Amino acid sequence: MTEPLLSVRNLTVEFPTRRGILTAVQDVSFDIMPGEVLGVVGESGAGKSMTGSAINGLIERPGRIAQGEVFLQGRRIDNLPAAEMRKIRGRKIGMIFQDPLTSLNPLYRISEQLIETIRTHLPLSESEARKKAIGLLDDVGIPDAGRRINDYPHQFSGGMRQRVVIALALCAGPDLVIADEPTTALDVSVQAQIIDVMKRLCAENGAAIMLVTHDMGVIAETADRVAVMYAGRIAEIGPVRDVIKDAKHPYSAGLMGAIPRLGANLDRLMQIPGAMPRLSAIPRGCAFNPRCEHVMDKCRVDQPQPAEIAPGRQVACWLYPPQGSTTPLVDERRQAE
Amino acid sequence: MLAFIIRRLAQSVVVMLFVALIAFIVFRYVGDPIASMVGVDTRLEDQEIMRERLGLNDSVIIQFARFIGNAMQGEFGISYRLQQPVTELILSRLPATIELAVVSATIALVFGVIFGVYTALRPKSWSAAAIMALSLVGVSLPTFLIGIGLIYLFAVELGWLPSFGRGQVVDLGWWRTGFLTESGLKSLILPAITLSLFQLTLIMRLVRAEMLEVMRTEYIRFAKARGLTQRTINFGHALKNTLVPVITITGLQLGSVIAFAIVTETVFQWPGVGSLFIVSVQVVDVPVMAAYLMFIALVFVLINLVVDILYYVVDPRLRVDGGTGK
Repeated sequence: MTEPLLSVRNLTVEFPTRRGILTAVQDVSFDIMPGEVLGVVGESGAGKSMTGSAINGLIERPGRIAQGEVFLQGRRIDNLPAAEMRKIRGRKIGMIFQDPLTSLNPLYRISEQLIETIRTHLPLSESEARKKAIGLLDDVGIPDAGRRINDYPHQFSGGMRQRVVIALALCAGPDLVIADEPTTALDVSVQAQIIDVMKRLCAENGAAIMLVTHDMGVIAETADRVAVMYAGRIAEIGPVRDVIKDAKHPYSAGLMGAIPRLGANLDRLMQIPGAMPRLSAIPRGCAFNPRCEHVMDKCRVDQPQPAEIAPGRQVACWLYPPQGSTTPLVDERRQAE
Repeated sequence: MLAFIIRRLAQSVVVMLFVALIAFIVFRYVGDPIASMVGVDTRLEDQEIMRERLGLNDSVIIQFARFIGNAMQGEFGISYRLQQPVTELILSRLPATIELAVVSATIALVFGVIFGVYTALRPKSWSAAAIMALSLVGVSLPTFLIGIGLIYLFAVELGWLPSFGRGQVVDLGWWRTGFLTESGLKSLILPAITLSLFQLTLIMRLVRAEMLEVMRTEYIRFAKARGLTQRTINFGHALKNTLVPVITITGLQLGSVIAFAIVTETVFQWPGVGSLFIVSVQVVDVPVMAAYLMFIALVFVLINLVVDILYYVVDPRLRVDGGTGK
């Protein structure tokens, strides 16, 4: 079996505030294989974007990685000094943000931003970098790239700008691209194009994608595996087809059920009652227990740990207790609070 | 670009005409010009003759047109007090004010930006906290108090620097400079610091606030995610984006530095336009006041024009022409 490109182990991200410590990401572990597309879904505030930022070392203060490790190609990167981490960002891990309208510096030409990024990571001359930049813009589908490269961001439409952002994320040939809701801010009509461009280019370059989104449709079409996050934890992770067809965790089952289907004659869309708890008020035990229709006494007391129910498939739910141990570890820190 | 400048120039002309109207009203209707010119024992008939000769009996519109015509030729009449042409008077005082203003604006801009960037990048350090605390002093203390304080410390107690005047000056044609002599430079230090302190703290606080704002934007995060060096991000990306508001304020402040150097010039007995104005006000020397008003308006209009052009240079989004747009 090949070595995973990215390994995240027991990652916990905390935000100390005046009212106590908020845990945005708790005890999250997953792997991404080279060239694989991992979808990460969940409601707003589930910790999806925060996980992406943590991998890239871009958590804003006062947030911090309180626990856990991140390995990129076997090398631990979560504790690297800032200067070392900087060399990984862009070069090894490219990142695409949600809003293309604000991701580009409005005062610099596209060419300046591309060439600057390329030359930061690759030993190219100004003119070589420029040639590469034009090639990249061509690849992401910007017509007349040789001329448009001299334009400013405001001269591009939203979809075109996201293409430019993709070109910027890919310009140093990263092995992993973290796409943080890359299509959320775009018109529906261009979403599919952007996903196509991103997926095609990453496939061509052999780059893996961590695709953070709350759009299940995008995940279904794009991802190889999917991780469902709820309240800072991974509820379920597994191959996309299995999770969509046969979601095990009641929350992911609810999410899948909420996808409208053509042909299915429903008066109402299915929905999960209630809302995700705020970080300051995560219930004891399983965070999903107040909304869960299968809730048991145990769910209100003990937090379920992810358990392997099939090869490559993990679920954190007491309906699927971990093999062997019936009394799982109780998180001591949460008890102490 | 050219159309933009022409449009701006046209607006400037309108502003200037309006200010000219005010100056004219001040000149013509604040007190009676004839009464100010003649002695108490001049006969009424002679006053009438003068009035006729100076055209003060013509209609207001003709008088205003004449006033504008004269102003265009740099003609603002004769100072009641000094019996010299006003224009000549102002021009002879101008170099002192401009040198003072330029030096203090430079100090304010350079140190304001440096301190602003520094306190924004190291918000937690004790030195940044100290600078911020000191800047409160700069913002809140009135200029004359700072001037007097500096005089007390450096001129009276330490005796390092002169407390008043411009020191030795050198004539370069009509421009009289204090830059070329040691005593001239020494004399410049205290007034320049006094005049710059308020602007400096203002610019610094502005740069800091803008910089903190910009550092939170998505494009700075994206720049970090692209692995750019901290230096490129701070000075290439963040600083340039703080410039637009900084240019506005600095431009306007430069105008105020020239216009309101009055206090500093008075405290330091600086022989500039400001002290000329204050003396003229005391003796109701209306032609000088009117001319000063026009002069300051011209300075502001010109600076605004330059500021607008600078926006254009810094921010591509304002260049409406060209590009495909959104």
